[in-house]
Amino acid sequence: MAKLKKGYLALIVLFLYAPIFVLIAQSFNASRYRGTWAGFTWEWYGALLENEDILAALGNTLTIGVTAALCATLLALLTAVAMRGMHVHLRTVLRGIANIPLLNADIVTGISLMLLFLGFGLRLGYDTILLAHIVICLPYAMLCILPQVLELDDVCYEAALDLGASPFYAFRKVILPELMPGILAAFLLSFVMSADDFIVTYFTKGAGIDTLTTEIYAELKLGIHPEMYALSTLFFVAVVVFAALLVINYRVLRRHNQMKRGGVA
Amino acid sequence: MNKSGSIRRFFGVPFMLWAVLFILLPLFFVLQHGLTNEAGVFSLANVRLALEWEYLKALGLSILLALISTVCCLVLGYPLCLILREYAKKSGVLIFLLFLLPLGMNSLLTTMAWQTILERHGVLNMALAAIGLPALQIVNTPVAIVIGMVYNFLPYMVLPLYVSVAAVDTRIIEAARDLGASRWQTIRYILMPLTRPGIISGCTMVFIPALTTFVISALLGGNKVLLIGNIIEQEFTAAYNWQLGSALSMVLMVFIILNMLLEFFTDADKRKREVKA
Repeated sequence: MAKLKKGYLALIVLFLYAPIFVLIAQSFNASRYRGTWAGFTWEWYGALLENEDILAALGNTLTIGVTAALCATLLALLTAVAMRGMHVHLRTVLRGIANIPLLNADIVTGISLMLLFLGFGLRLGYDTILLAHIVICLPYAMLCILPQVLELDDVCYEAALDLGASPFYAFRKVILPELMPGILAAFLLSFVMSADDFIVTYFTKGAGIDTLTTEIYAELKLGIHPEMYALSTLFFVAVVVFAALLVINYRVLRRHNQMKRGGVA
Repeated sequence: MNKSGSIRRFFGVPFMLWAVLFILLPLFFVLQHGLTNEAGVFSLANVRLALEWEYLKALGLSILLALISTVCCLVLGYPLCLILREYAKKSGVLIFLLFLLPLGMNSLLTTMAWQTILERHGVLNMALAAIGLPALQIVNTPVAIVIGMVYNFLPYMVLPLYVSVAAVDTRIIEAARDLGASRWQTIRYILMPLTRPGIISGCTMVFIPALTTFVISALLGGNKVLLIGNIIEQEFTAAYNWQLGSALSMVLMVFIILNMLLEFFTDADKRKREVKA
């Protein structure tokens, strides 16, 4: 039975990683065409630094991702604090509304935002993509922050106020550190959602501006530039390194805690 | 305290403005476009057009493929969650990362990589030829689209499912086994009823994006398989018939609302049971 389980896990892992290996292999493939192997090369990694279209798209993806994630996280934090003091019914209604972009189909969200922006006479471009990304990130940010804010204990905050802290100072020194994991999770998840979104961006972007995903989609019709494989391989390696650091950090923390507990006992 | 409480009340204002402006108003714009004609006068002509056979056929195919993909995700994901539950005790977060890392690769590129794997002279057929099996013709068929959907949406199934599978008390499973239930009986009569909210929320999370995608079908269906998402996309970007595109989106919204209601009632059910317990 244990063998069967291991085999099943291995099959799923193979399924999940097969396309990723194909993409990594292609970033080192001397042939421009996928499916034919013409030898190993580093050429595309060098060419990446000179491809202005891809670099511009990368810049847009990063700046939009960071700004949208920041705005969504801040708005989610503010809203979660407000929801704490609300009546349960009002809170349920607001949570339902906040979840609409999450449960709605991306294509409907994209189209509806496009119609809204054009209806208001805005020109589609960088700003409309940014607004749209805040819309789709907000439910994920709320999902990370709201449970933590609702479970927060008022005692320490009130103690700080009684001891003479101003509400803002008490919030910064008492509440914020406790909420930090949720805030960080909200920011990271929002950034990932923004960076990986294609459909909403596709409908809310104007001509002449691209993020990485829309750039890839445009290239798909003509054939992907191999530099794109190089970029996505680098990005994947960065994600793996980041995850590895998280795991190491987690392990060190756990060992540290165990030692401390062991010392007390 | 009173003062900060009254300030806190105003913290909700930005969100309410935001929700009206960017969540509710856009949906109203879709309704407005779907329910008017070119002159801007109220008319049901586009809704009637959206319900014609040509579009209903695409919608039917989309529903069928989305259902198949949802079932595949559930069948693949449920045993996975059960196994992960056991391993999580031993190896902690490491095993999760193994399943979350693929999300770090751009989903358009991974979907395209499936094309490289599945095509006539692709990786899969090379592997099959190497062990002496006949080649498969998968790319540009609905099968390829289902594979792409399962690949893209499996995490949406596994995440909510794992949360509810991990929450089941181990002692309940042990009790069932002690009382003579087989492995399968334990899953069927103990685990599945207890994890029903997770199953339903996983299914709704997979079904909606699978029903409405136009990217996966464009990449792996080779324009031979038209889903409802492809038709809507074309109405907006190629045919410039926004009224018809909006009317078709309204048809999709019916399914989305049904899904939301399902999710809502499962949640309400869960809360009621928690109160009872």
